[in-house]
Amino acid sequence: MTEHEEFREYCRRWLAENRPAAPSFRLPLSPIEVMTEEQRRYLCAWEKKCYDAGLIGCDYPKEYGGGGHAGFQSVASQEMGRAQVPYMVNVIGLSMAAPTILNHGTEEQKRRFLPPLLSADEIWCQGFSEPNAGSDLANAQASAVRDGDGWVINGHKVWTSLAHFASWMIMVTRTSNDHKYNGLTYFIVPIADTKGVTVRPLIKITGETGFNEVLFEDVVVPDTYRVDEIGKGWTVAMTTLLYERGAAEGAGSGGGISLDERIGQLIDLAKRCKRDGQPAWDDAIIRDRVAQLAIRVEGMRQVHRRMRVESLTDHPMRLPLQAKVTVSELMQDIAAVALEIEGPAASLYLGDPGAPDNGQWPLAYLNSYGFTIAAGSNEIQRNILGERVLGLAKSK
Amino acid sequence: MAQPKDFGFGSEEQMLRDSARKFLKDNSPIEKLRALVARDHKLAYESEVQPLAWDEKIWKQMVELGWTALAAPESAGGVGMKMIAVAALAEEIGRAALPSPLIATLITTAVLSQAKTDAAKAWLERIVAGEAASFAGPGSEGSWLPEATSMRVKTTGDGAFLEGSVPFVQDARKVAFFLVAARDPKGIGLYAIAADAPGVKIRPDRVVDLTRDQATLVFDDVRVDKASVIAAPGAGSAAVAAALPSILTIVAADICGAAEWQLQTTAEYARVRTQFDHLIGFFQAVKHPIVNVMIDVDRARSLTYAAACAVDTDPADALRLARMAKAAASDAAAFASSRSIQLHGGIGFTWECDVHIYVKRQKHNQFYFGDGAYQRSKIAALIDRAA
Repeated sequence: MTEHEEFREYCRRWLAENRPAAPSFRLPLSPIEVMTEEQRRYLCAWEKKCYDAGLIGCDYPKEYGGGGHAGFQSVASQEMGRAQVPYMVNVIGLSMAAPTILNHGTEEQKRRFLPPLLSADEIWCQGFSEPNAGSDLANAQASAVRDGDGWVINGHKVWTSLAHFASWMIMVTRTSNDHKYNGLTYFIVPIADTKGVTVRPLIKITGETGFNEVLFEDVVVPDTYRVDEIGKGWTVAMTTLLYERGAAEGAGSGGGISLDERIGQLIDLAKRCKRDGQPAWDDAIIRDRVAQLAIRVEGMRQVHRRMRVESLTDHPMRLPLQAKVTVSELMQDIAAVALEIEGPAASLYLGDPGAPDNGQWPLAYLNSYGFTIAAGSNEIQRNILGERVLGLAKSK
Repeated sequence: MAQPKDFGFGSEEQMLRDSARKFLKDNSPIEKLRALVARDHKLAYESEVQPLAWDEKIWKQMVELGWTALAAPESAGGVGMKMIAVAALAEEIGRAALPSPLIATLITTAVLSQAKTDAAKAWLERIVAGEAASFAGPGSEGSWLPEATSMRVKTTGDGAFLEGSVPFVQDARKVAFFLVAARDPKGIGLYAIAADAPGVKIRPDRVVDLTRDQATLVFDDVRVDKASVIAAPGAGSAAVAAALPSILTIVAADICGAAEWQLQTTAEYARVRTQFDHLIGFFQAVKHPIVNVMIDVDRARSLTYAAACAVDTDPADALRLARMAKAAASDAAAFASSRSIQLHGGIGFTWECDVHIYVKRQKHNQFYFGDGAYQRSKIAALIDRAA
């Protein structure tokens, strides 16, 4: 048995023996929507346990709190997905901040920030979008102005998931108005209990909170929190986005409900819901819709498999850059078909005693737009695919 | 069973693919294909009998390269290569939109290999030696199951005879023999019949696709001897069912190769054509559909490799993956085809632009052995874990 096979065996056994008891409260569909203190406590305890067991940060160097292995993380993440254990709440830390710091941070930053990030002792959030810098991220206006040994930050960030729990934010700021792209600088900014920082919840179309806006008023940060050079913020942000969009493997992930499981849930739902008096699953058109989704789920898995076979990929970024678009649209369409299957019962929301599956499908449908818009809207992502992979002329 | 992560696509398979790609690029470039199949629209569509447009010299070279032997089992003198290799080869045939009986022969090879009789072995040896063959099984009554055939085995004091007709037989005028499904009171049997056997009539169809020929076969008291019984009555259905994942994978691979050509050709046009002072790829109304074609093609290609790998290593899951691959490939073909014409604009609507050659081949393959909706109607039962 190879080292990796042994590790896979270990992950399976550990996950089977250590699966946490289901919480008495509802967990949101994805980690970026976690809002309450009891949810946070439950998920942080689970994440720390996974870290202590060696399932998180596997491939990160030991001196930064990692396991020091190579190729273990994808095994651990796969097994956590397969075991359908709860997700990792420090998702922005693990999949965005950690790889960014590892790639661009100073030695001091890596030693200070990575260990408590991997162990979920410190939660991270991301300050990229602003009211006037959404898809056009390089238009960010939040300013950082040099002041002695430090910087003074002013500005307004939006759609900031987890900011209400976060200790730290990875943040894109403007340090020069002379250049759009080269006028940006990347910082690590303390969020919790920091003078001048205000975190306010924003209400989503689901009626829930789940993300925030963050206001900065003369917030002072030391120069040692700057990531990479002044004016290099765009380059650093691109590293973060590469990981955020799923085109590269972060420090850990996994858990949550797999897409295969979602297809199983759809079939189960279609057997329970009636259409013209018969189970919806007996309806040829409903079956066709579910089969289409099942093919897309299997297709995504096989695209992912093919990504690692160099002789079967024509361009190195062709498959990785598709991941964000295909996953987010698949999740959206799965939820939309679930509503079709429910028929009139799709009108019933969370808390209605008659709602199929406790009303999770209307919630999933409404929430799904978060993923097709976030991390660069899918329209922007299609521009990137067309330009970088197919060499089409750059759109404005 | 665990499948290899790399689909079993190793250096041997890569060498086969790369050499096939080079051979087809050198010997059947688009200019030559155009001259061969689309020289004259009247000749193609208004001749009394549609002309047979293929290059037999290329076919002979393909035989010499061993392409008819590579899928046949070693017991019949073949190379016995894996389905992932066969799929890679079929993909290159599709990319070149090559008029040749290779795909039909590979499909026949798959069915003969599953029959596992001495007679089947003997006919496989003929394929290894370079004879082309076509499977005249399904296609009747909108069904792709051999049980739908209207062919009958008639037994008299003189022996057994085939009677009836089979529609939609691929490359019928290019092959040396047919593998025919026919009904007997004991069930479906499979019979190998030489194309020039007494009583066999080949009635050519007039087809849209310029890269193949197709015919209805009419059998009038065609004698069946012992050597032509590939699967005895009752054993034919199982042999075809066992070969079905391979058949679907081969057709899907052909489609994927052609779809990749459509993607690249349309992207190239968007990189060079200027309107409103911009290369048209600048416009998102052009850029995004091309990206969507790429996403669909990559899904289809990945599923096709997975289906081929399952045929090789995980037969229990092969039918599910092969149906998914054929469904995804058929739908990708439809979308890539429609966008390839539309985004080429006016020129794309003309005979002189090459895109119509591929669009027509794709339409043919889209329906061959069942389109996306047909596959999905069979998939539902395969994905229901409770069933």
